Amino acid sequence: MTTKTYDHRPGLLATLGRDGLIQIILIANSFIMLAPIVIMIFSAFKTNAEIFRSPFALPDFTNVTSIMKIWSGTNFPLYLLNSFIVAASSIAVILTLGTMAAYAIARYEFRGANFILLFFLAGLTLPLKLAIIPLFILMRDLGLLDTRFSLICIYVATGLPTTVFIMTGFIRTLPNELEDAARMDGASEARIMWSIMLPLVKPAMVIAGIQNAVPIWNDFFFPLIFIQKDSLKTLPQGLTTFMGEYGTDWGVLFSGLTLSALPVIVLYIILSRQFINGMTAGAVK
Amino acid sequence: MAQLSLRAIKKRFKTTDVLHGIDLEVQDGELVVFVGPSGCGKSTLLRLIAGLDPISDGEFWLNGQLMNTIAPSRRGIAMVFQSYALYPHMDVYENMAFGARLMGLSTPDVEARIAEAARMLKLEPLLKRKPRELSGGQRQRVAIGRALVRKPKLLLLDEPLSNLDAALRSEVRLEIARLHREIGGTTIYVTHDQVEAMTLADRIVVMNQGRIEQFGSPRELYEHPANTFVATFIGSPKMALLPLTREGDSLRSAGYGALVPTHLPAAAERELLVGARPDAFVISPGSEGNGLEGRVVYTEYLGDNAYVYVRLGDDQLVSVRATPETNLPPDTPVRLDILPGKAHYFSRQTQQRIAA
Repeated sequence: MTTKTYDHRPGLLATLGRDGLIQIILIANSFIMLAPIVIMIFSAFKTNAEIFRSPFALPDFTNVTSIMKIWSGTNFPLYLLNSFIVAASSIAVILTLGTMAAYAIARYEFRGANFILLFFLAGLTLPLKLAIIPLFILMRDLGLLDTRFSLICIYVATGLPTTVFIMTGFIRTLPNELEDAARMDGASEARIMWSIMLPLVKPAMVIAGIQNAVPIWNDFFFPLIFIQKDSLKTLPQGLTTFMGEYGTDWGVLFSGLTLSALPVIVLYIILSRQFINGMTAGAVK
Repeated sequence: MAQLSLRAIKKRFKTTDVLHGIDLEVQDGELVVFVGPSGCGKSTLLRLIAGLDPISDGEFWLNGQLMNTIAPSRRGIAMVFQSYALYPHMDVYENMAFGARLMGLSTPDVEARIAEAARMLKLEPLLKRKPRELSGGQRQRVAIGRALVRKPKLLLLDEPLSNLDAALRSEVRLEIARLHREIGGTTIYVTHDQVEAMTLADRIVVMNQGRIEQFGSPRELYEHPANTFVATFIGSPKMALLPLTREGDSLRSAGYGALVPTHLPAAAERELLVGARPDAFVISPGSEGNGLEGRVVYTEYLGDNAYVYVRLGDDQLVSVRATPETNLPPDTPVRLDILPGKAHYFSRQTQQRIAA
């Protein structure tokens, strides 16, 4: 610390230091990021009148009428279930296929390996939403309109390129000697992948999983096109039905939003350690 | 128990030949060291024996059984890798158990084998640790333990000491020698360090550019190197090779005097390379007398010895072992003679040894 005198006043940077300033900016930033979420959660416990009278006030947390109402009085549980089924099966298929494809591309030398990788990467450049009309016709002809399966197909197709890209990069960094050692130990190719390699790329799988799960969970566009039956709607689409033409019960809508954001937040908290491990892997040896 | 024979083994990567026909017979219980400069093909040969890379041409027999197409795990061979290649997500016990379980052993058998290996390598307190929680020397011991648990007929070690610091290196070297004595299995050890090779090996294979230059005991290699490559590769400081021309009973140099050795090879070849290790020279100050003329470049004092580096003629630098009391300042003119029976003679044309 510098000594304070009347003619020498330390500046802000000198008092706080560079790290101090960064801390302040980050704290301010987290306030800005958290405020809408906090207001959403607060509003879930308020009535319509309360929301308009004092939108930022602390609510009475014992007032769970909106939550009760959305849980038992609407199709919300059904939407939640649909979202869950669609997101979970999409992620399961994306990770299974993506990891297997990436493993083959990254660890075996064969003619055309690079072409296959580039083929997958080409998928990154396609804005799938532009192809919505042909997709709609395709789904109609396949008889998949108004099924959860149509959504799973689309999500797997959109999720595979990034997953293959992320996983190939990770699997390539695994040392060859590890594979040789397992081979000497008598492990089959499948066991080498399953028991030796996959446990080591778990952080990458978490990244690929979350990275795909959030957009799928929040997707509004594809369900809007492919799903008409109310019993098959996913959350983002279902929640719009709470916005009435003449009046909206904002309390109910906000409790729906809160409940639908909850699973993703919980997922992040559970996996955050692995997620951060994965993002910084290779940065520090 | 393993007797191994390699017959005209060749290895090609795409269009480059890496091994040009390796013939080698290894007896049961021997510790054989493959040594050579980097890129000489010694690790490649080890990988062929392990079965990790296919043999392009030739035959590999182990205990009278052709191994060319047999899977690595069915050859009864275990290998310790340069980077140890421990499975990072498994603890020490699991690392050792992985291979043993895949051999189809029952759980009590696996446990017994691990207990035995752990006792031999003093790994008992470490069994529950992950590889990242171990020091370099401990990881090395786990890697050896993992290999021993499989009770291999043949143990392969690929530069096992290169990731250890100097102090640990000699310790682990002794440990490996002790283990080999205790277990008595056939072992092949790859290194680029000739000191490791000399101290550990029953027999040494010196390799260069995909060929075996010489195969023999450390003593044979040191005392009767088959060619100039082996002569300069084994021994430190390395042997000096002097291009001398035979004229009658003397060996004449190009401008720095001549030697009159007591014994010359019977062969009539005149253009020779005369090899002399640092301890073969006698150094005497002054420009008078017999022997080769040179000037001192500098003197390395090592306590029990001193090495004097002497320049002969324009570019021939030789090292000479001298007593520690030797005090020859740079640029002192000196005479070098070779002790009787200490010179090695090679043909300048073929680089091969000429029998004395």
